[in-house]
Amino acid sequence: MAVIGDLFLVLGGLFLFLGALGIVRMPDVFNRLQAGTKAATLGALGIIAGVFFHHPGWWAKLMIIALFVLITSPVGSSTIARAALSAGIRPWRERGEDEGEGA
Amino acid sequence: MRRFALIAVGIFIVWLALAGRLTLAEVVTGALVAAGVAALSRHHLALLDDIRLTPMLPVHLARYFWTFFIALVGANLDVARRVISPKPDIHPALVEVRTALTSDLGKLWLANSITLTPGTLSVDVVGDVLKVHWIDATPGRDMEHATRAIAEKFEARLKGFLS
Amino acid sequence: MSMAQLGILGATGLLLMLAAVALALWRLLLGPSTPDRVVAADTLGVITTAGLVWLASALDNGIYLDVALVYAALAFIGVVAIARALERHE
Repeated sequence: MAVIGDLFLVLGGLFLFLGALGIVRMPDVFNRLQAGTKAATLGALGIIAGVFFHHPGWWAKLMIIALFVLITSPVGSSTIARAALSAGIRPWRERGEDEGEGA
Repeated sequence: MRRFALIAVGIFIVWLALAGRLTLAEVVTGALVAAGVAALSRHHLALLDDIRLTPMLPVHLARYFWTFFIALVGANLDVARRVISPKPDIHPALVEVRTALTSDLGKLWLANSITLTPGTLSVDVVGDVLKVHWIDATPGRDMEHATRAIAEKFEARLKGFLS
Repeated sequence: MSMAQLGILGATGLLLMLAAVALALWRLLLGPSTPDRVVAADTLGVITTAGLVWLASALDNGIYLDVALVYAALAFIGVVAIARALERHE
């Protein structure tokens, strides 16, 4: 049980890391949101699952936290995306796209 | 009344989950708080009327979450691949996706599902059109067909309990 | 609690989480636009929530789960409030 829990914790940590790496590496706010939201959400769920295997008695509270993250994180992202668009930020386009698959 | 019951039951379950023990005191306090919160908030939660309460609801929810979970894991493998590749492998564009769902809760739910699935991020909802930031709009692709595919999978699942 | 008690897997998970915090902080400081910083703050909120849940387990104390829940709620409200404010100043 403890080993399964640790594996989930590492997987969760890995996806949190990838999400954060995504918001550093992606070229504009929309792509950063894409990487950040998805990976951070699954990462958090991974950590929560890992903790469940260490402390099965906490299942009810862990489930509430998981549901809360699952509901709020896409709502937050869409709100930011809409704000960015209305603030005049245009999505990044790859260079030379008009000439086809250039660059 | 239906709305009141829905909110009260939901709050009561959350209360018990957070309390973590089933003593008489917790149950009574929980029931009172749930009733109070439901009474205060029922006029603001018209969204809940969109849910079709049928005995099949748990089955529909389970099927939805299964589809959703597969898509979420797929989305993350997709993100992982794009983030790690030396030159970020993305062809983003804003696309519009028409949805067949008519209720507000249905559209909200669909938009959030789309945000957590591979390559797509909901930006706005206007009428029955979702504005979606799509990471894989490779030039020359059949946009009409591809944008339908973004919404269809979840729509089919959500239609079981939402309109 | 020392690194040795965590074991290899536990220490790896912790280091990944700390690295994630560092990267998100970098984006928060770097910007360049305000929405970029809000994205970083949003991601930091989710990482911190997960970190608090992890802490509950590591310290064997369930009280941190409540802290995580309240923190998640406040982080969400904060992000939405800032985003809505940005929208009005277009």
